[in-house]
Amino acid sequence: MSAPGVTANEVAPEERRIHYLNWATTVKSWLLTLDHKRICILYLCTITFYFLVGAVAATLFRIELMTPQGDFLSAEIYNKMFTMHGVAMIFFFLVPSIPATLGNFLIPLMIGAKDVAFPRLNLLTWYLFSIGSLFALFAIINGGVDTGWTFYTPYSSTYANGHVIAATFGVFVAGFASILTGLNFIVTVHKMRAPGMTWFRLPLFIWAAYATSIIMVLGTPVIAITMLLIIAERGLGIGIFDPALGGDPVLFQHLFWFYSHPAVYIMILPGFGVISEVIACFCRKRVFGYEFIAFSSLAIAIIGFFVWGHHLFVSSQSVYAGLIFSFLTFFVGVPTAIKIFNWVATLYKGSVSFETPMLYALGFIGLFTVGGLTGLYLSTLAIDIHLHDTYFVVAHFHYVMVGGMVLAFLSGLHFWWPKMTGRIYNETAAKFASVIVFIGFNLTFFPQFIVGYLGMPRRYYEYPEQWQLLQLLSSAGASVLGFGFLMVLCYLPFSLVFGKRAGPNPWRAKGLEWEETTSPPIAHNFVKNPIVTEEAYAYTKGSRHV
Amino acid sequence: MSDTEHHVCPVGLYLAIFGALMVFTLLTVGAAYLNMGVMNNVVMLGIAIVKAALVISIFMHLKYNPKILWVVAIGAFVWLGIMLALTLSDVMSRGWIPNQPASWL
Amino acid sequence: MSDAHSSPYLAHHFDDMEQQSQAASLGMWIFLAQEIMFFGGLFCGYAVYRLKFPEAFSAGSYSLAIGWGCFNTVVLIGSSLTMALAVRSAQLGRKAGIIKWLVITMFLGCVFLGVKVVEYSAKFEHNMIPGRHFEFHDDGKFVVAGHGDHSAAVGHDEPVHAEVGEPADHHAAEAAHGEPTEHAEPAGEDNGHGIVEINQGEVELFVGFYFMMTGMHALHMVIGVGLIIWLLVLTAKNRFATEYYTPIEMFGLYWHFVDIVWIFLFPLLYLIGRH
Repeated sequence: MSAPGVTANEVAPEERRIHYLNWATTVKSWLLTLDHKRICILYLCTITFYFLVGAVAATLFRIELMTPQGDFLSAEIYNKMFTMHGVAMIFFFLVPSIPATLGNFLIPLMIGAKDVAFPRLNLLTWYLFSIGSLFALFAIINGGVDTGWTFYTPYSSTYANGHVIAATFGVFVAGFASILTGLNFIVTVHKMRAPGMTWFRLPLFIWAAYATSIIMVLGTPVIAITMLLIIAERGLGIGIFDPALGGDPVLFQHLFWFYSHPAVYIMILPGFGVISEVIACFCRKRVFGYEFIAFSSLAIAIIGFFVWGHHLFVSSQSVYAGLIFSFLTFFVGVPTAIKIFNWVATLYKGSVSFETPMLYALGFIGLFTVGGLTGLYLSTLAIDIHLHDTYFVVAHFHYVMVGGMVLAFLSGLHFWWPKMTGRIYNETAAKFASVIVFIGFNLTFFPQFIVGYLGMPRRYYEYPEQWQLLQLLSSAGASVLGFGFLMVLCYLPFSLVFGKRAGPNPWRAKGLEWEETTSPPIAHNFVKNPIVTEEAYAYTKGSRHV
Repeated sequence: MSDTEHHVCPVGLYLAIFGALMVFTLLTVGAAYLNMGVMNNVVMLGIAIVKAALVISIFMHLKYNPKILWVVAIGAFVWLGIMLALTLSDVMSRGWIPNQPASWL
Repeated sequence: MSDAHSSPYLAHHFDDMEQQSQAASLGMWIFLAQEIMFFGGLFCGYAVYRLKFPEAFSAGSYSLAIGWGCFNTVVLIGSSLTMALAVRSAQLGRKAGIIKWLVITMFLGCVFLGVKVVEYSAKFEHNMIPGRHFEFHDDGKFVVAGHGDHSAAVGHDEPVHAEVGEPADHHAAEAAHGEPTEHAEPAGEDNGHGIVEINQGEVELFVGFYFMMTGMHALHMVIGVGLIIWLLVLTAKNRFATEYYTPIEMFGLYWHFVDIVWIFLFPLLYLIGRH
């Protein structure tokens, strides 16, 4: 359903086309923008910075772990490094990643709206995020925090040295960016869909973003108040978690994980949305079981709130509660598995091609499945007694977070790069980098399953000699993985200046963002307000080469 | 539906709700002085829920608003309930298994 | 739908006033939903400790001034009434009415906050502030079982000794086995004379929650009072009309929510242990 000659703008010579990136170029027009697409770019810059912060921390402790002795970093610095890695990667990279970048950019475009429901609120969220992140950065620069990203009490609330208050306050402030983003997205999807865009014609990315937003709104406030309670205990002496008063450190864990478990679904659900879009496009097929994928996103969002106690199996939580949480955790795997089955079914008899976004998507399916299945081991109460706080857990969550989420983010970034920037990146470099990333990732994290199963605890900087080979392989893999990421960080910016200019729909994909806008889109998205008359993913057979 | 959102309540209704809220406040304070065992908590929370429901449905106009807003309001309380229920299920059941002797270690 | 574009109150990204107003309502209710979860964390902690330490919580509640609590409840519910009337004036386009009811709401809010200042000062005078010098004074109905000194070293973002201060409290020494929350037997039991022995540390937990919960509530009220001033300025500048009074309406929702939090806080904090 391409509108013929979208705009007179399109037939103008490309160098003179006006769009959302170049209609105003002052700093003020960027820092005070109300355009959701510019806010996406602002977020993209900030989260990339924090990805690098987390990566530097990881580099340092992976170097330490090459040898069994603690010789490169002191124990305290090592603790600060893994804390910094977790805090930066989770709160300031993964949680905002797809929602604040691709979500901000695409949601109005995909539903045919001119912007999100509350554009000024949208800008505010970027400022909240940035300010919160600066508090955390302050903590990192001024000596760091060694509590782990989980800030368990009573260590974090009473005994830890370091700027715990600054770090937790930073998380608190950035949390509100997340809440308000989710609020904005929910209202946008409810109220601003174009005529004819019924709920079941929405792209699955929207369903995923919507489910994510529900989690953001309901879960994040709890970690916000929990961070304030830590600050109150440290700064004001209000002993909420202090055992000497009768306080219960496990209460902290309940409150913390009530958010932090659904947070992992905040991190992965948007990735699921991207995978649906990419697979549909590169199989030239409607996603198999559209309604199942849509509802499974909601199911994950809801069930994900019932399972947080699986992080507390060995915390002195009651065995009865442990049984309930273990049982419920098995359920949350079901909707996820449904998605995997449906994506694989979409591949079947599809007209598959292997552009870079598709390579990342296929990698996602394999790696996320491994991560998800290993989650089942951990949700089994009896097995978790042995595996808790070992490298098995570390490997599990990196398979889902990096092998899953980061790969999905890269897939989406590459897929919508031409739309966002109007440029095409070098496909050869991109494919090569994706293979490097895949190999490096597996080399880094698969040995960690083994060494964790053999009993090596996490967050230790020294370990027995017999595990050195596995740790060495892991560190070697980390350098390969890092090299792959660095490649991406090179050829993508390179394409901004030297890349071939993209047409409105280089992948010949279906969807309002591809068929009704230019690349890059104009400031208010659509020249003519779109009217939707067909289902999502209305690919026709053999349409690739038309 | 565009009229219901801007439905204007009569002043009398607001005053009546205020009156009811005052009555319930008196009841809850009075009930606090009676020893009813565990029913004290039930009565107190029950009255608080009724008061909140009055404020939400009339003062906050939820009664006259589209159902989606009811879903949001009720959903939030349900979510709070989930957090309370599962956390308390841990705290309350911790003592159920007596400490096992560690002679097998 | 096209004639609605002419409304001066319509933002450019909306199609008509109806859509704009519905979006605002939905957004505000979602914001209140997250506020429920935000306060909910505090209620959850309160519930856990109340179940564990019922007598100490009764003692703490008994130490609060029920008179002020009742007064404040009436004041706040009254301010909800006046806020509803302010919104009603806005619906009817009555500028004078809006201003009158907003001012009264603000006044009642300030009265509430003033009472809280009085209550907090009383707590300060009696040293019932959580922290190193917390003291619960035996008041005839509740007595402290032993006079525990919970001198655990409290970190204040500076180098701190790792070991806990010596347990002057004889309970702590006995609590070496079992869960960290275990306290010695005599605490919490009625010793037969209608007097209940409680553990001071546990009362401190109650008072900690009292301050956190009412403090967070009071902070929301301060923000509310500030927003009323902003609304008064906008009303005076004729920014509202019968077709657009959304900020007043949305603020009304916020104010009523703050009232609802107090409706739950009042019985949970002030009305236990009264019998």
